Amino acid sequence: MAKFIIGRVLETIPVLLIIVTMTFFLVRLAPGGPFDAERNVTEETRRQLNEQYNLNAPLWRQYTDYLGHLIHGDLGPSFKNSSRTVNEVIGAGFPVSLELGLYALCVALTIGLAAGISAALRPNTVRDYAPMTFAMAGICIPNFVLGPLLVLVFALWLEWLPVSGWDRPSEKILPAITLGATYAAYIARLSRGGMLEILSQDFIRTARAKGLSEARVVLRHALRGGLQPVVSFLGPAAAGLLSGSFVVETIFQIPGLGRYFVQGAFNRDYTLIMGTVLFYATLILIFNMAVDVAQACLDPRQRRA
Amino acid sequence: MALLEVDDLRTYFHTREGVVRAVEGVSFSVEKGETLGIVGESGSGKSVANYSLLGLVPCPPGRIESGTARFGGIDLLRCSAEERRAVRGRRISMVFQDPMTALNPYMTIGEQVMEPLLVHEGSTRGQARERAAATMDSVGIPDASKRLSDYPHQYSGGMRQRVMIAMALITKPEILIADEPTTALDVTVQAQILALIKKRQQDLGMAVILVTHDFGIVAGVCDRVLVMYAGRIVESAATRELFRNPRHPYTKALMASMPSAHAKGEELYTIPGMPPDLARPMTGCPFAPRCEHAVDMCRRGATALVEIAPGRASACLRVQAGEL
Repeated sequence: MAKFIIGRVLETIPVLLIIVTMTFFLVRLAPGGPFDAERNVTEETRRQLNEQYNLNAPLWRQYTDYLGHLIHGDLGPSFKNSSRTVNEVIGAGFPVSLELGLYALCVALTIGLAAGISAALRPNTVRDYAPMTFAMAGICIPNFVLGPLLVLVFALWLEWLPVSGWDRPSEKILPAITLGATYAAYIARLSRGGMLEILSQDFIRTARAKGLSEARVVLRHALRGGLQPVVSFLGPAAAGLLSGSFVVETIFQIPGLGRYFVQGAFNRDYTLIMGTVLFYATLILIFNMAVDVAQACLDPRQRRA
Repeated sequence: MALLEVDDLRTYFHTREGVVRAVEGVSFSVEKGETLGIVGESGSGKSVANYSLLGLVPCPPGRIESGTARFGGIDLLRCSAEERRAVRGRRISMVFQDPMTALNPYMTIGEQVMEPLLVHEGSTRGQARERAAATMDSVGIPDASKRLSDYPHQYSGGMRQRVMIAMALITKPEILIADEPTTALDVTVQAQILALIKKRQQDLGMAVILVTHDFGIVAGVCDRVLVMYAGRIVESAATRELFRNPRHPYTKALMASMPSAHAKGEELYTIPGMPPDLARPMTGCPFAPRCEHAVDMCRRGATALVEIAPGRASACLRVQAGEL
């Protein structure tokens, strides 16, 4: 198992290098530079700014310099928030996004698994169709519609919950539901499909023939295999949830990472784009790795020396 | 009194295409310690009849329409789910056709073999582990105690079927239902598995219901045979009697179509026509359209299994009339 994990960690290095390289050159290919939007800047100041941020050097030189800093974990200064480094921006935004993401993940797993598994146990009945129709709606309704809708109902009409903010626990409920809803819907559909597939297998009939209770058949014999599609989905899903959602953070005024991601792109803040992309990529790689390890734990056939 | 007495079992599948009468009025009994063979083509209802006894028919679409199955003072077809669970896997165990898919790939062999003891006898894990190793040893799995922590994919097909048998026998059942236990195995392994079942049967004194489509297996292992066609029993007899003198035209045709019944180079015999569509209502003998001896009476009247000699019954109207 240790060998398996080390192998997977080593595999991520070339992947990250490719991502760094592609992002580095792609953001510079985009028209406009970081300081083009600022009107009252003299030619001299612009030259000095470019000098300060190493933008006058040849492109290959900028690239190798960036890589050099990167190896030391330095993502460079933010071009637009001159007082802060990219490391500081991520350090401030990520904990908030992480918290929101964890709540959303809990919402998604609890609702998704409960709906999916109970649907699979009574296929083609009301207890199957009702949650699955709901899940389909959950996938179809984008969160920039669901968020305001929830605010309208629970904050403005019923006045149960606050409209926005990120200090009191009550302020965290609506964002978590908004962000988690789509994922809950996917998890419901995936767990239903996975459980139905497993419950139709021969070894489930064997388990019943052994005289096991239905609960034991489901929990001990079906669950491990039935949840595999959910586990595969959780890798990218968790990375997406934890690294912040621009839309949800904007709707609820949450100071998370998602906003910087989008601002960086709009402002041609090269280092901020690079930093957030790299951070996101690393998260995805880590979670996919975790998924592979989890699957090897679930399915002995995937454990190879 | 017989150990298990099945009377007028009917299991239908309610599908979109209509009601499929998979088992249509089957009655038989199993005596203590005997081996009963149930022979028939695919779709003759032999497996469904046995699944019905243990409540393993998926419902919906399947439904047991009528019948009784008396076993140890209860009716398996009408008892509560709890009573049925206390019987299956404990007093009546089952071995399935394909050991590749019948074992749970996500659980170790040990967990699966121990499970009946943990559930039915409330054994501790330590006791269960010990007995699992002993039972696996008794079905010829080498290094059993070491291999408890292996997973099914680390076993060969024959070894997996041995595991299935160990799992079925660990509670020392009174009846073992073996549903085509050797069909998915290599020929050399088939003989080993049959010999193993036979040996363990003698050790434990249990009855075996052997479901198969292979007359060769029946001849080697069974005391009595039921021949099934289109969801009904068409002939029943002691094995020796059946082979010496098959009476029902279907039994004869089935035996004639065995490759070993032919001289080398001779063309193989096949029964003309197809088994009937069980979703369509039938009048008369279900085999009549394919039967070379069929007369008018066969296509009109209802058939029933009638005793024609001691220990011997046939559903053929012409056999019953003494014409064949």
